[in-house]
Amino acid sequence: MERLLNILSDMHPDVDFEVQENLIKEGILDSFDIVTLVTEITEEFDVMIRARDITPENFNSAKALYALIQRLEEE
Amino acid sequence: MLFTSYAFLGFMILLLIAYYLIPGKFQWQLLLVFSYWFYFLADFRYLFYILITTATIYWTTVGIDKNREKQGAYLREHKEEMSKEEKKSYKSSQKKICRRLLIACLLLNLGILAVVKYGNFFIANMNGLFSVFGKTSQLSFVNLIMPLGISFYTFQAIGYLIDVYQETVEVEKNPFKLALFISFFPQLMQGPISRYGDLSETLYGEHKFDIRAVNRGLQRVLWGYFKKLVIADRILTAVSTITGDTEAYSGAYIFVGMLLYTIELYADFTGGIDITIGIAETLGIVVQENFNRPYFSKSLKEYWRRWHISMCAWFRSYVFYPVSASKTLQKFSGFSRKHFGEKMGRRLPVYVASFVVWLATGIWHGASWNFVVWGLANWFVLMVSEELEPYYGKFHERYANVGQKKAYKVFQIGRTFLLVCCLNLFDCYSSVVDTLRMTGSMFTAGNWNILWNGALFDIGLTVVDYGILAGGVILMIIVSLIQRNGSVREKIALRPYPVKFIVWYGLFLAVFLMGIYGIGYDASQFIYNRF
Repeated sequence: MERLLNILSDMHPDVDFEVQENLIKEGILDSFDIVTLVTEITEEFDVMIRARDITPENFNSAKALYALIQRLEEE
Repeated sequence: MLFTSYAFLGFMILLLIAYYLIPGKFQWQLLLVFSYWFYFLADFRYLFYILITTATIYWTTVGIDKNREKQGAYLREHKEEMSKEEKKSYKSSQKKICRRLLIACLLLNLGILAVVKYGNFFIANMNGLFSVFGKTSQLSFVNLIMPLGISFYTFQAIGYLIDVYQETVEVEKNPFKLALFISFFPQLMQGPISRYGDLSETLYGEHKFDIRAVNRGLQRVLWGYFKKLVIADRILTAVSTITGDTEAYSGAYIFVGMLLYTIELYADFTGGIDITIGIAETLGIVVQENFNRPYFSKSLKEYWRRWHISMCAWFRSYVFYPVSASKTLQKFSGFSRKHFGEKMGRRLPVYVASFVVWLATGIWHGASWNFVVWGLANWFVLMVSEELEPYYGKFHERYANVGQKKAYKVFQIGRTFLLVCCLNLFDCYSSVVDTLRMTGSMFTAGNWNILWNGALFDIGLTVVDYGILAGGVILMIIVSLIQRNGSVREKIALRPYPVKFIVWYGLFLAVFLMGIYGIGYDASQFIYNRF
């Protein structure tokens, strides 16, 4: 989780990703951020995020995103 | 049959009466009949194309679903005897079958769109190339009809196909229900491009007659007609005059023309969508919003989140994300970081994916180099803005209070609006050269005196027209400002009866008396119908 939080903080240092739960709805992460995030996660965690995984539910919070990474690691 | 024709009024009255008289379980079937009748009246040959799309999408999605069911059953049956590796390999082989089905269906439907919409554009360019290389032989143009709204219904159908493939929606096993999703008449000609998961929630349900819901829908329809008939169609003549003669109208005329066209486009497209959403509301069906006060955007990036939302969402979900998440682009990401440094290397893949999206968006809008250049110009501005972001950040760090000032926000909105106006010029001319020449003339012609010497009364608009337009634009701005705090119709509904009566009856009279039409006159086509 810490590695993920570091990636997120690098992108938006002003956001507290541990408490934010509406990253997409509130427009904190836009489509450019999401794509950058996909690349970063792919590199850092060695998982393959598919287009179908890019949903607001999976990207709305660091917690949801981490759960996605764990699911993908198990697959 | 256009939304703004008298025939359509009769069509809607007949539908509404029948819709609420028959048992609720037959309502969606009636909608299907009326949707096909609507399309048939436009041109009976269109039905051939939409039927092919519906049939192929149906067979493919049901095929994918059956394949998955078969896969599940096989795995359950051989659960014990199969190793993990064998299961993985079996799943992978089945996935390949589904993928092949998906690709075949995509190629067929995009192929139909490409041939009818871009066939002659391709031939014209090939002939141009032949001439350059001195060949005398020329390819002959194909004479195919282009069904109205083909770009919209094809994209909507493809969206559903990909959703089924990606397992984000359940497959629709009833072919007639799928046929209605693809042909639902209010959105057939100019969108919004609905997602199956959203539209299907209310499209097939039973709807009881609710006078308030019907009233609300009709109010929205009326507001749409006001924007279309009173504002957009009034401006049309002036824009056609200015853009129709590049010799007579240049410089300041182009500036006026691009402002007028941007207002016209807004009134026309949002008016059309108001009519679409309003009609759906009268039927108890929820169609997603397509605009969120786009001309109040403070940057082009924000504008594209608020204009034609359904199309942007389509390209984001089905092009931008798949391209970005593809293995090729992920590999390119590693390459670009290695060769261009961490920061630029991180952004380059996003720019590449974005380039693909804007190229596709430009091509989607029409078979002309103008639209391709328009798409790429949008991409270029967005990328430059992205690159300049750190400098803006530094500026705002240094002058912290500037960004908070209302005047600065107004400046940002004005700047974005003018940028959109300039980009829209590509839509006004038929060639890139003319567009660039006319854009340049704004800085060189030096004829700004036309703004006050009365010349603007010779472009098809009278003093009364300008007065009506000014009033209409102010009204649209007021409505947009009120919308920041919720639905305008809700607010009006809370007012006393005389106020409600004056507002809605006044709007009806405005459409009736100030709309651009007369006996035997069929209002002009919606701009987005041709896309």
